[in-house]
Amino acid sequence: MQKVFGRPEALADVPTHYCPGCTHGIIHRLIAEVIDELGVRERTVGISPVGCAVLAYDYFNCDFVEASHGRAPAVATGIKRASPNSVVFTYQGDGDLASIGAGEIVHAASRGEKITVIFVNNAIYGMTGGQMAPTTLPGQKTTTSPRGRDPEVAGHPIRVCELLSSLSGAAYIARVSVTSPANVAKARRAVKKAFETQLEGKGFSLVEFLSTCPTNWGMTPVEALKWVDDKMAVYYPLGEYTRVPEVG
Amino acid sequence: MGEKVLMKGNEAVAEAAIMAGCRCFFGYPITPQNEIPEYMSRRMPEVGGVFLQAESEVAGSNMVYGAACAGARVMTTSSSPGISLMQEAISYMAGAELPCVVVNIVRGGPGLGGIQGAQSDYFQATKGGGHGDYHLLVLGPSTVQELVDLTMEAFDLADMYRNPVMILGDAILGQMMEPVEMRKRPPRADLPPKTWATTGAAGRPKNVITSLYLDPAKLEKHNLRLAEKYKRMAAEEVRYATHMTEDADVVLVAYGTTARIARAALDRARERGLRVGLFRPISLWPFPYEALATAAAGAAHVLVVEMSLGQMVEDVRLALGETKPVHFYGRTGGMSPSPREILDDIVKIVERGA
Ligand SMILES: Cc1ncc(C[n+]2csc(CCOP(=O)(O)OP(=O)(O)O)c2C)c(N)n1
Ligand code: SF4
Ligand SMILES: [Mg+2]
Repeated sequence: MQKVFGRPEALADVPTHYCPGCTHGIIHRLIAEVIDELGVRERTVGISPVGCAVLAYDYFNCDFVEASHGRAPAVATGIKRASPNSVVFTYQGDGDLASIGAGEIVHAASRGEKITVIFVNNAIYGMTGGQMAPTTLPGQKTTTSPRGRDPEVAGHPIRVCELLSSLSGAAYIARVSVTSPANVAKARRAVKKAFETQLEGKGFSLVEFLSTCPTNWGMTPVEALKWVDDKMAVYYPLGEYTRVPEVG
Repeated sequence: MGEKVLMKGNEAVAEAAIMAGCRCFFGYPITPQNEIPEYMSRRMPEVGGVFLQAESEVAGSNMVYGAACAGARVMTTSSSPGISLMQEAISYMAGAELPCVVVNIVRGGPGLGGIQGAQSDYFQATKGGGHGDYHLLVLGPSTVQELVDLTMEAFDLADMYRNPVMILGDAILGQMMEPVEMRKRPPRADLPPKTWATTGAAGRPKNVITSLYLDPAKLEKHNLRLAEKYKRMAAEEVRYATHMTEDADVVLVAYGTTARIARAALDRARERGLRVGLFRPISLWPFPYEALATAAAGAAHVLVVEMSLGQMVEDVRLALGETKPVHFYGRTGGMSPSPREILDDIVKIVERGA
């Protein structure tokens, strides 16, 4: 009998701590599948963030480093520069990447670091219990924006792909979601392109996932997927963002 | 004996690191240590190493964390305000047991302070600096030659103990030109192999580097294991120098640049027939408590001199307890104590004590 659905080798055989309906798990699987497909598991070093994915090092079956909050791109830079043959990826939430780590991600992209960033945007601080994130939508209620995010007070949500794609060092930037089998397939292709960009030495690559947090959004898993499609994907359009590099 | 070359402290520290096999440098410009990254930016490409100017000390020190994870010999250098920003990564590296060398060419503080030499980061360097129960090995050189020798040794010590090592210099030492012998020293032969490095899980189980222990019992166990290591460091790595302490009535205690000034005061005091000695801690953590107690056993007075308003003096008091008066003289924020001022203090102490 042919095995059609199994655990990727790059994924460890352990249960995860993610809430029911949280899409962190699917994203892990996609990354692991791509690592397997490219045959780079034994060269890969992952960097986990501070956030719900902090224990990602338990879930992947490759070398892993835990970074401090927001600094994963700097840690990845250190690893990649010291060991250029390694395939280095970071896995970061929106608080981690777009708030406390905004400086590190911009400069890693501008330097064209040959790393791959998996950016999990769930419009909230999941791990600390649902506070406002830099990506929280206008009007969205969180524990620190109880009346809904007011851009007059709390500023506007940051569109990371659009921001980073203005930088010449960014070789591949895409935004995806995993709300349907078709979207999952597209997301998988984007992750593969991002890793290939790194392997070909072209520069910085990032894939932003619009991800769910049913727990802190106060929704069922199905409602959460719908909210991604109806609300998040409107503010954060899916697609590839990489600009054609400037000539000369 | 090798040939001596005239080198500025900051450039000497950079070349010493290269000679010790350091092949990764990350840093951010700050006076008075800019010669170090500038030297590294020229020199690293020549030896096939990595030089990268980071966007901040926060990022630079986390790049150090990454390079250390990859098993590289890695260094960063900065001065006081920049070292404050590195405390996050330093704490994480201590927690994850990563070797690296951090050089602080101290300037006056607090805040933006000034750009002249000072010793006001002693507490930060030796009493924690970042969060958590941890220690750095802290070495305080007082000549450019010692800066070179201790920097080279620092890489071995970092690898030996899997711990960040800090060189605590100051602006005077960094800017000073002195003849130095650049003795190349190969890494110690007894260093443990870096089997823990995250270089890809090829033909072995995966390596994970973290300082996270969510289970309190495991975190305590981790801390107790670290404490065992610090105990070993405290037993093995005490370094100090003494000068004429045997017959001294007054023992001066000073480290780094200040020890040189104290030495000049000592010479003048001896010319006047005053029996003065000098005890110079070289390892600031571990502090040479016992050696100081022994060296000062016969003295009636101890005078601590610092370029701060009194930081190391607390360790001196810990070492000596109530056995004798511990006096203090300090200048701060780039105002270094003069031999004359120290001598005046010695005379006052002797007259009062008589
Ligand atoms: C320096 C620092 N500040 C704050 C925290 C607390 N903290 C832990 S996770 C987190 C937010 C994580 O949110 P996000 O990056 O969006 O990840 P998610 O949990 O949503 O996946 C914060 C603020 C920390 N660990 N370190
Ligand atoms: S809190 Fe939110 S992001 Fe975190 S695991 Fe639960 S659903 Fe996922
Ligand atoms: Mg989040």
